[in-house]
Amino acid sequence: MAKVLMKGNEAIGEAAIRAGCKNYFAYPITPQSEVAEYLAKRLPEEGGCFLQGESEVAVGYMIFGAAGAGERVMTTSSSPGVSLMSEAISYIAAAQCPAVFVNIMRGGPGLGGILPSQGDYFQATKGGGHGDYHLLVLAPDGVQEAVEMTMQAFTLAEKYRNPVMILGDGMIGQMMEPVEFRDDLKSEPSNKDDWASNGMATRGSKKRNLVKSLFLDPTELNKNNLILKAKYEQMRKEEVQYELYNEDTDYQVLITSYGTMSRVCRTAIDMLKEEGIEVAMFRPKTLFPFPEKEVHDAAVKESCKSVISIEMSMGQMVEDVQRCVMGKRPVEFYGECGGEIPTPEKIIEIVKGLI
Amino acid sequence: MGKTYTKPAALTDNHTHYCPGCTHGIVHRLVAEAIDELGIQDTTVGIAPVGCAVMAYNYFDCDFQEAAHGRAPAMATGIKRVRPDLNVFTYQGDGDLASIGMGEIMHAANRGEKFTVIFINNAIYGMTGGQMAPTTMPGQRATTAPMGRDTALTGMPLRMANILSQLVTPAYVTRQAVLKPQQVNKAKKAIKKAFQYQVDGTCFSFVEVISTCPTNWGMTPLDALKWAEDTLLPYYELGDYKTPEDEPK
Ligand SMILES: Cc1ncc(C[n+]2csc(CCOP(=O)(O)OP(=O)(O)O)c2C)c(N)n1
Ligand code: SF4
Repeated sequence: MAKVLMKGNEAIGEAAIRAGCKNYFAYPITPQSEVAEYLAKRLPEEGGCFLQGESEVAVGYMIFGAAGAGERVMTTSSSPGVSLMSEAISYIAAAQCPAVFVNIMRGGPGLGGILPSQGDYFQATKGGGHGDYHLLVLAPDGVQEAVEMTMQAFTLAEKYRNPVMILGDGMIGQMMEPVEFRDDLKSEPSNKDDWASNGMATRGSKKRNLVKSLFLDPTELNKNNLILKAKYEQMRKEEVQYELYNEDTDYQVLITSYGTMSRVCRTAIDMLKEEGIEVAMFRPKTLFPFPEKEVHDAAVKESCKSVISIEMSMGQMVEDVQRCVMGKRPVEFYGECGGEIPTPEKIIEIVKGLI
Repeated sequence: MGKTYTKPAALTDNHTHYCPGCTHGIVHRLVAEAIDELGIQDTTVGIAPVGCAVMAYNYFDCDFQEAAHGRAPAMATGIKRVRPDLNVFTYQGDGDLASIGMGEIMHAANRGEKFTVIFINNAIYGMTGGQMAPTTMPGQRATTAPMGRDTALTGMPLRMANILSQLVTPAYVTRQAVLKPQQVNKAKKAIKKAFQYQVDGTCFSFVEVISTCPTNWGMTPLDALKWAEDTLLPYYELGDYKTPEDEPK
């Protein structure tokens, strides 16, 4: 298919349809409301289901209900909305249902602002809701990747029977870029008859299915948690995605960065190169599972003197970077938030200070 | 001579965990009978609440999902919208539906979601040990209202059937009780009708059932039935509040 120029939010909506998702529930919040506006028109055209819920709390359970009934389903929101959905996300993870959540992050905490931010890294990768669970978290760096990751998300959610989160930011949602919808990323929904509460008649069975997260017997609860743990281990083995930039040089500094921020870092690296200064970048595309070994290996390269995590937050991913570098190189941090995106010039100044 | 009274097919063989004298069991049976009589067991998905009925899925022999506290109507919305061919019902207590889940029930009802809600009003939080519910009567003691509910501080008990019947979207809204055999028979008819409206794809249906919680009311089962009759029924009047045939007000 030829490339088309699309706004990130609309492209995410279209990607869900192309991936084979016909069900979408959401509640408006800037800077992602265009996904809902786009799908309000497109889904009925496709014979799908669009519903604006009364709150993100309710939307979380509309997603849970639809996923539990065995249908492909997605919602999109932004930071404060995702906080409200966190209750449902914990329940969905516990009940092992596949669902896709998109968080187009804005500045926080609190009501914060409506400009791009990466302040929800902790929430997305370390919990958000209660209990021991993880989401598979994909972080696109632009509209094209947002489309691809949205399409992949449904397959991954079904492979693991786990919620998958696309962690983008307001910049990705609002900007326009040429995108291609790759047919090879389309997939058929998996057969969910083994577990979904899709009605006994649907699967021609006399055995009922229960979608639940209550395990009052401690051994049963422990067992369920061990099943979840095993899935997270499998994700760590099979799903890690990352990108290395300018890694074939004797780089003195390794920048770690993800999403929109990584694009600015790439520009800074190119400008530094012209001055004869080699800097590489490690960009995790999966924030959970985090590319632990890969970032470690990139950091300990002999020429590399230090590592710096550059984020649109007050320092969140840096904690994972530090954990993985294990003290073998100093790990610094630079970040801005509130909607300000650090400029290439600023990054150059910061990186030069490390050399 | 054949059996005149058998267990509905839509109930499992499990013994319930409900306290002796609790009317949850009666309502379970009525729901199961309605499912049997309409022949919808294999197309039905129930939604369990958080509250004493949290394990309702152990007793109903049909697919089930379990919601968080108060969220059952949103979950039912999700199922019914993506699978309109399934019959979906929620079974919720008064803390679940009228307190934490007030937003979800109001909006599901107002959208006219075509599922059925069975709402157990026992004027208290049963499962967590007798705290005050939005339905607790003035002066009624609860662990969080040790001197009795003071309406100057906490307002008046919410009458959910009355409130929901004010919504314009067509719906079947009724309040029933299961304190006496005649009431049980009437409740049965109402519950069956509520499911019938769903099967016909007509409307949202809501059956409030006045129930007892002898354990947390601190009464014998018999005294509980009498107290409910004397105290709850004058405030929670029984009857149909709205039918789809009514003109919108
Ligand atoms: C978010 C959340 N808050 C509080 C609770 C604790 N809780 C469990 S049951 C319950 C009260 C249920 O009462 P009701 O809905 O009246 O049902 P009953 O037990 O009387 O049948 C509460 C507060 C919970 N499980 N989840
Ligand atoms: S606590 Fe009350 S509502 Fe719950 S089972 Fe016992 S009697 Fe019934």
